[in-house]
Amino acid sequence: MLKFLVRRLTLGVAVMWVVATAVFILYFIAPHDVARTLAGKQSTERVIQLIRHRLGLDKPITEQYLDYLNRLLHGDLGYSYVNSMPVVNVIKEDLPITASVAFGGAILWLLIGVSAGVLAATRPRSFLDRTVTAFALFFYSMPVFLLGQLFLLLLFFRLTMAGFDIFPGGGYVPFAASPGEWLRHLILPWFTVALVSASTYARLTRGSMLEVLGEDYIRTARSKGLRERRVIYRHGLRAGMSPVVTQFGIDLGTLLGGVILTETVFGLPGLGQQIVTSISDGDLPVIMGLVLLASGFIVLANIVVDALYAVLDPRVRLT
Amino acid sequence: MSQLSAATAPPEPAEAGLSEAAKKIEGRSPWQLAFERLRRDRVAVGSAIMIVIIALIAIFAPLAKRITGHGPAGQYRDTGLSPAGIPVGPNGMFWFGTDELGRDVLVRVIYGARISLLAGVAAASIAVLVGVVIGLAAGYFGGAVDTVLSRFMDVVLSLPYLVFAIALVSVIGSSMQVSIGVIAFFSFSSVGRIVRGQVLSIKEKEYVEAARSLGAGNMRIMFVDVLPNVLAPVIVYVTLLIPLSIVFEAALSFLGLGVVPPTPTWGGMLSDAINYYQVAWWYLVFPGAALLVTTLAFNLLGDSVRDAFDPRYNRLFAAEE
Amino acid sequence: MSTETLLRLENVVKHFPVHSTRLLRRTEGVVHAVDGVDLDVRRGETVGLVGETGCGKSTLARCILRLYDLTSGRITFGDTDITELSRRKMRPHRKRMQMIFQDPYGSLNPRRRVGPIIGDPFAIQNVADGEERKRKVQELMELVGLNPEHYNRFPAEFSGGQRQRIGVARALALRPEVIVCDEPVSALDVSIQAQIINLLDDLQDEFGLTYIFIAHDLSIVERVSDRVAVMYLGKIVEFGPTEQIYNHPRHPYTKALLSAMPSADPDVAEARERIVLRGDVPSPIDPPSGCSFHPRCPKAQQHCVDVEPPLEVKFTDPPAHRAACHFPVGDGEVLAHATPELALDTEGDVL
Repeated sequence: MLKFLVRRLTLGVAVMWVVATAVFILYFIAPHDVARTLAGKQSTERVIQLIRHRLGLDKPITEQYLDYLNRLLHGDLGYSYVNSMPVVNVIKEDLPITASVAFGGAILWLLIGVSAGVLAATRPRSFLDRTVTAFALFFYSMPVFLLGQLFLLLLFFRLTMAGFDIFPGGGYVPFAASPGEWLRHLILPWFTVALVSASTYARLTRGSMLEVLGEDYIRTARSKGLRERRVIYRHGLRAGMSPVVTQFGIDLGTLLGGVILTETVFGLPGLGQQIVTSISDGDLPVIMGLVLLASGFIVLANIVVDALYAVLDPRVRLT
Repeated sequence: MSQLSAATAPPEPAEAGLSEAAKKIEGRSPWQLAFERLRRDRVAVGSAIMIVIIALIAIFAPLAKRITGHGPAGQYRDTGLSPAGIPVGPNGMFWFGTDELGRDVLVRVIYGARISLLAGVAAASIAVLVGVVIGLAAGYFGGAVDTVLSRFMDVVLSLPYLVFAIALVSVIGSSMQVSIGVIAFFSFSSVGRIVRGQVLSIKEKEYVEAARSLGAGNMRIMFVDVLPNVLAPVIVYVTLLIPLSIVFEAALSFLGLGVVPPTPTWGGMLSDAINYYQVAWWYLVFPGAALLVTTLAFNLLGDSVRDAFDPRYNRLFAAEE
Repeated sequence: MSTETLLRLENVVKHFPVHSTRLLRRTEGVVHAVDGVDLDVRRGETVGLVGETGCGKSTLARCILRLYDLTSGRITFGDTDITELSRRKMRPHRKRMQMIFQDPYGSLNPRRRVGPIIGDPFAIQNVADGEERKRKVQELMELVGLNPEHYNRFPAEFSGGQRQRIGVARALALRPEVIVCDEPVSALDVSIQAQIINLLDDLQDEFGLTYIFIAHDLSIVERVSDRVAVMYLGKIVEFGPTEQIYNHPRHPYTKALLSAMPSADPDVAEARERIVLRGDVPSPIDPPSGCSFHPRCPKAQQHCVDVEPPLEVKFTDPPAHRAACHFPVGDGEVLAHATPELALDTEGDVL
């Protein structure tokens, strides 16, 4: 297990290094004069030179690259062009919102997807099965941002107009301020994030479960007289979940993408929204800082998912 | 010995009945068989017709301009906006209503189909082309080539692609070509992995060995003997990659990173609509429906194509390997 | 049959490294698939190669055709040492040696039509084009007993026997001198096996072909071969004229193999002792010391564990008949049966 962790962490560090280098290269090919941007429109050439020197932009590129890596290692992601705030602070401010959306959404996504898939698999070809499959295909084809907007139109706007003020029309309330309001404001974003991906998981779980339930050891369990419920949940689900867990690791990128779009739709001032405003402002340090953060999250989460995979499937040895 | 006595026996009936079977001389290829199955699949035929209709609408978009008299970027502030400056709903003049600038939503949705289809098909094609070549090389040559290519694909796959796409586009600048390139870049890896996995098993087949024993070179084996056998899963994947690319493009446009306004795109319209859905539901619903119908049609077709090629294959979304 | 040696194998060794599946591949062991084989094949004869699954027969066949590179040793074909020839230099020699594969399903590309499959040799060697190629392919189809009108069919539309005929036609296309037949009939129904064997026979007469015939079915090998080589764990343990091997086996392993041969004559079957070998075939990753057959041999002694026996003439056998055994089996000698308990857990040991 330790060996596995060391190996995966090494690989993760390698990926992060590739990402960091890619980010650095992007900085350089960007048609953007950092010093000029920082100096403002009215500044003289001398001021620009001064800033350039202070930022080390007049040093050779290799030296800049090493400086940059060194700063990254110390957790320094640079400063926002727009308000000169350290990028780290920007992230700290917005992270709780994004984390709320992402975790809640992911849990809901797995919950809906897996349970729908299992239900469909236990009654193959039934009405329920076909309904699940149809819904899965429908939501699979549904872009996240469209779903979010439809929720806003139907569940917030129409419902509120009709006198049922259940769902708010966006915005965020911190958990500390009011847990109830926090929940109320996040329900629609969660479902938005969850439903689209859940459809994939419903189909995946269904297929995987059907396969597992057809195997000999399941029949053995049945012939031993175990109750159907126990057969399915105790023996079937555990084996049937392996491909689902693998896929989840791959789909974390999709999760982040969904969160960005969802935040934009619901006006949640999280990292996703931050990255969108940074784009329109051309605020490269913030964009790149967020890219690094997101990659780091994916790398770490993948290690967790792999470890989980081994727990589910004893045949997998972590080497 | 049984073999010896059988040696003098008359030939088996199956081999004797050649002349009768010869009536149907042209064999049907596995492709033809799959196509036959597709043609009998009502969902497949329906969604294919839908896709053709959408494509025709996109191609003949200028006709819509002729009929309605509204250009895709034309602002009709007198007829298209209420006195208070609010978009007008569907009516005889604007069938799908107007947007906040008094533009015809119908005409814009029709023109938007061009961008969506073009971006979707182009990005998926590039991704498949690159993915097939890389997957073929990785699987066929193995060793260091495989290690390098596979690791590269793994890294690309594990990146948070939308975040990266945002970073890339914000540096390079947004345009149709950039969108297509970025979408293709983040899609080819999954094609590459599928192809690689297939090639790994096919290259162990005896017919590959047979080709080698005849003196065939690597290129000939890769493209004559291996490639045709990996195409089925690739074709299945393409039909599913197109809607993914369409959604990806729409997402980029939605974030303001796609095709530059005022060129109408579905994603861009949805992005603008977010501020107006309370007063102009049509602004949100029509482009949204167009997007949904398109992706749904492609996904339904993709599903049927998969069934046609391999009726047993029910793990479409399973991770490879 | 002439006495000209067409193909000579000298101390041919093929080892496969076993890799760990780590990021950094490390060789963790070596499979001794072929472990020092000497063999000479004369023009126009059929040499049978028998042995259990996994004894290295197929690997040896692929070494002969240079589908694998040798670990060490030498292969001479005609006057040419082909051991180290590059892919490009090897190509002209490939015209002269061909292979018929075991699996009539796996050896034909399912996505290609039969005509182009049989025409592959012409295409690859750039011999005939267009109409001429088609004409030649159809001639070949006729020659092997296929309907030339089926030129445009797919392999899936043929029966197993017909598919193997396709394989034969492909192997025959360039009029090779040697054809290596790797278990060409073991995947076929018994009734069809005979047809393919007869076809191969006829073709040998007509074109003066030389066959290396690999099989685990001893009765087929007896029927087709002029000489037979018995392989065990990557080595040839006995080699000689067919009649000698079948009537006067010297190696206990050969004797055991023959005793398991089914017989159509119930009296013969009744009379013959059935020798059941002890234990399993040892792993070729770590072959036993000395004579590699010693752990399973009823006659094994300490000497067999220590010293590897050379392949040499035993008793008053003709010089062409050689066996690698310290304690060869005499004519009429009855090998000790394995104890009943041991015999119980050795099911399927002998073919």
